[in-house]
Amino acid sequence: MKKILAIALVALCAAGFVFASGASETAQIVSTDGSTSMESVIGSLAEAYMNENPNVTVTYNPTGSGSGIAAVQEGRCDIGLSSRALHDDEVASGLTGTTLALDGIAIIVNNENPVSDLTLEQIAAMYTGEITNWSEVGGNDGQIVLIGREAGSGTRDGFESITGTEDLCQYRQELTSTGDVITTVSTNPNAIGYASLSAVSDSVKTLTVNGVAPSEETVLSGEYLVQRPFVMVTSSSEALSETAQAFFDYALSSEAAPIIAGAGAVPLN
Amino acid sequence: MNIKKAKEDVIHFIFLILGLIAVGSVLVITVYLVISGLPAIRQIGLAEFLFGTRWASTAAEPEYGILPFILTSIYGTAGAIIVGVPIGFFAAVYLAKMAPRKVCQVMELCIGVLAGIPSVVYGLVGMLILVPGIMNIFDVPDGASLLAAIVVLAVMILPSVINVSLTSLQAVPREYEEASLALGATSTETYFKVTVPAAKSGIFTAIVLGIGRAIGEAMAVMMVAGNVANMPSLFQSVRFLTTAVASEMSYSSGLQRQALFSIALVLFFFIMLINATLLVIKKRSQTV
Repeated sequence: MKKILAIALVALCAAGFVFASGASETAQIVSTDGSTSMESVIGSLAEAYMNENPNVTVTYNPTGSGSGIAAVQEGRCDIGLSSRALHDDEVASGLTGTTLALDGIAIIVNNENPVSDLTLEQIAAMYTGEITNWSEVGGNDGQIVLIGREAGSGTRDGFESITGTEDLCQYRQELTSTGDVITTVSTNPNAIGYASLSAVSDSVKTLTVNGVAPSEETVLSGEYLVQRPFVMVTSSSEALSETAQAFFDYALSSEAAPIIAGAGAVPLN
Repeated sequence: MNIKKAKEDVIHFIFLILGLIAVGSVLVITVYLVISGLPAIRQIGLAEFLFGTRWASTAAEPEYGILPFILTSIYGTAGAIIVGVPIGFFAAVYLAKMAPRKVCQVMELCIGVLAGIPSVVYGLVGMLILVPGIMNIFDVPDGASLLAAIVVLAVMILPSVINVSLTSLQAVPREYEEASLALGATSTETYFKVTVPAAKSGIFTAIVLGIGRAIGEAMAVMMVAGNVANMPSLFQSVRFLTTAVASEMSYSSGLQRQALFSIALVLFFFIMLINATLLVIKKRSQTV
């Protein structure tokens, strides 16, 4: 009796394998490659899309914006992901960038801090160590404590590229999550940090940059400067496969907007 | 009879397999770490990797020097031992020899609880109480520092230091103490001049276990040490070997990722060294 049961089980498993592999053969794949900062946006879009279209698989290879753009040029993926606008020479080389969403980065300080506005230049000077005391920007006397994210983080990459402080930041703490940054800033009166706009809560004070408060509207209008585009990069000459085009259109549709917003970015459509 | 023997054999075989799972895991981890850790070391250069003082893994011109991490791990662990071991050791002597029964029971219960607290909780408490505390007490701009990590680690190693020392103190034969007392020594003299030397190897074991626990801790340390790759200094933000691996792993790619495996390999080497020390101590205490 036990033997029969065992054989039946083995047969069932084998059958499962055959059917599963059969199914994956007919599955269509959309490959995306690029920016690590777009992970949550592309991840949630892919998940939602695959739920509606079970025969499509959307893959995502987190390699960084530069690698993603190169991957499209070399035809290694369908859609490249870049968290910066394409350079002119990249467009000239036959690439098209379609902005999917905008990502706002909030500059946060402790609630006790009297400073409420900084210019982009002041922020950059703080992070590179030129301005070291809050009194220099109209605050109380106290050494500025710079809180940032770990190397490789998309938010750090975004913040440093917007402020032009790549590899120059003199961080006091490098934390591994947005939540840790907010908690740390909320416990140190002299701290300043940056975090994705959607994650910021009342426990810290969000600064205005050049007099503009970050919000969905000011990010969309471009008035709030600490922001960057999330771009889908495709080849201008070669058309996307039918499956990839369908996913591309879905990502830009109004249907996808709440999903993008849920992932912490500001959708364009 | 034969069936009985066959049954025995089958059971032995099953237990052998279960034992081999543990051995196999160690082998797989070792082989995997060596294979994935060596390429980056070869590419970067062993001396530059181990003794380079700058870590900038995502810079335009990346640098992979892990000396700050190695020194931080050593200093942090040493600090935790210097702070934690005396506390743990004297607590163990008190519990083993002087404490009234009731006090002993309550304290042992507390130590058990301390041992069971997850490291993320230590980290959280450290982040919310210890770090701001250090900032205010020492009047430094930010409390996330080597000192904060040392304090957290010192508390974390207490349970293992106390428990192992306690066991070895209790295992000292009563006759030794009685002989000492009979010769006119006071009880404190007896404890420190007779009992403690007799329990020496157990106490060393406790210290080595504490070192092992401290050097391998990642989560709690990551939350209080600030994680900047500075050369270690008491009030500076520092990064340990463990946190170097943990903090960058999630987004890493290419040589950066391989270098993280190399850091793990270095850490693994340290742990091996500690285990070897432990073995030597145990061997010696058996031969004495």
